[in-house]
Amino acid sequence: MTADQMNSLEEQIDRWREYLRRRQAIHAVDVAELEDHLREQISGLVDAGLDADEAFLVAIKRLGNLDALSREFAHEHSDRLWKQLVVFPSDTGAPRARARTNALVAFGFAAAAAIAIKVPALFGLGWDQDAEIIFYLRNISLFVLPFLTAYFVWKRQLFDISTLRWVVAAFVVAAIFANVYPFASGGHTQVLAVLHLPMALWMIVGVAYAGGRWNQVAGRMDFIRFTGELFIYYVLIAMGGGVFTGFLALIFQAIGMDMEIFITQWLLPSGAAGAVLVGAWLVEAKQGAIENMAPVLTRLFTPLFALLFVAFLAALVWTGRGMNIDRDMLIAFDLLLVVVLGLLLYSISARDPSQPPGMFDVLQVVLVVSALLVDAATLWAIAARISEFGFSPNRVAALGENIIFLVNLTWAAVLYIRFLRRRGTFSALEAWQTNYIPVYALWAAIVVIIFPPVFGYL
Amino acid sequence: MEINKDLIGASSTPIVLAILANEDGYGYAILKRVRALSGGRLAWTDGMLYPVLHRLERLGHIKARWEVAETGRRRKYYRITPGGRDQLAEERKQWQAVDATLRGIWRSLDQFDDSPAPLPQGS
Repeated sequence: MTADQMNSLEEQIDRWREYLRRRQAIHAVDVAELEDHLREQISGLVDAGLDADEAFLVAIKRLGNLDALSREFAHEHSDRLWKQLVVFPSDTGAPRARARTNALVAFGFAAAAAIAIKVPALFGLGWDQDAEIIFYLRNISLFVLPFLTAYFVWKRQLFDISTLRWVVAAFVVAAIFANVYPFASGGHTQVLAVLHLPMALWMIVGVAYAGGRWNQVAGRMDFIRFTGELFIYYVLIAMGGGVFTGFLALIFQAIGMDMEIFITQWLLPSGAAGAVLVGAWLVEAKQGAIENMAPVLTRLFTPLFALLFVAFLAALVWTGRGMNIDRDMLIAFDLLLVVVLGLLLYSISARDPSQPPGMFDVLQVVLVVSALLVDAATLWAIAARISEFGFSPNRVAALGENIIFLVNLTWAAVLYIRFLRRRGTFSALEAWQTNYIPVYALWAAIVVIIFPPVFGYL
Repeated sequence: MEINKDLIGASSTPIVLAILANEDGYGYAILKRVRALSGGRLAWTDGMLYPVLHRLERLGHIKARWEVAETGRRRKYYRITPGGRDQLAEERKQWQAVDATLRGIWRSLDQFDDSPAPLPQGS
């Protein structure tokens, strides 16, 4: 074989291997086994006088139809169609060692977070008095997120000083502002600060997660995907944890031991903190195990939410009733818009940008436009309330959030409609949504840092 | 002459086990051996051997290991296990029974062909 023939043969084998790898039922080790067969066959044929290209074709033909072959493999290994959680690849060597180190580090950080949340107890801070509970609530994200960030700093080898300095500074500033303000007890600004601090800090986690790709659309999109999958893993772990705790309480009760203190003081807080790290590690270790769960749920619920909004708007117009928005309603409507945004983000994250617009995109636009109208109606109601009762921290926070959503949804609707009319690209929508992430974090930071002094810590 | 798929499928277990009972082998070598032994009449599609090997491995009849071959590539070798030898003996008994039955049938068919057609009873 000449060097030229050799190169083209290698290219053909590469392509064949890539093609085979995409089959779920055929694992990498099987591809390696089949490749050895293919190469042996080719060299036999070349020795018999065929040139490399001919030998490749004959060998491929003898190997048989790939669809039939992967059906045979699926038949023999039907478990493979159920994606398994392979934490440690069965291959020996470097990947396995790396996976093990990764797991050890992740569990190390999980243990650190679980311990950290109990450190204040050493200084006599229990869970009993209101002031103590408020201390924990104000600092909850600081017990967990620094460890999560550290895990990703380690995992992405993000050891350049300027980024690290920035990340550390953000956490220090957060710790200061979470604790120095003299909040009035039970004050609204304090509740707002407790709610918004994790949102602001979540972006710091994102910067570490993206590992130097934060300024790219793809890097931020991956972080959005990660957030959704982590949420799902966390809910699953929490449900498992609930069952575990129930059994724990039950079987110890049988021998007359009350485990309530252990459960509420140790198991719950430490478990809840550690589970964030474990969930993050699981999302990373096997992106394929519950792959695309967030987009699947999105597909289910997008039509339902679109229907809900259309029905609500129709009822609003038909009956001519005004929206009566008190404090609880404000939060409910804000949460609703967060859910819509989530639906929008996850369907964007799972969509192949090169696909032409389809039925689901139309539905998506209906959702966005109807959510936009609901948001506008909410804003109107908030404005009415502000003009009637004046500014309060809750109303201003809700006002700000609704304006942020309104801007986001309006431009998203414009971009989506452009895409539907084939005047724009889907990537523009993707870029808009990912570029918008810092806006939420910035607003959350404003609520944490600026609101309390402006509203007199009430 | 093409041998039909069901027969190929049914005979694959004893053939692979018998070849591996002689010496350890890897996919390509096993196939070459099958071709030589059957005089090219057993036309296996090359790829289909591997799911068979994996099934035998799962059942514990053979055991796989990776080795670096003389070509420098990693290669998966298979070795028959004691359980596989038992299975081979069992298969051998079953196939001998089938073979004996069929021989008897072929013989009686040949006799019919040679002798004049028997007269209908009672005429």
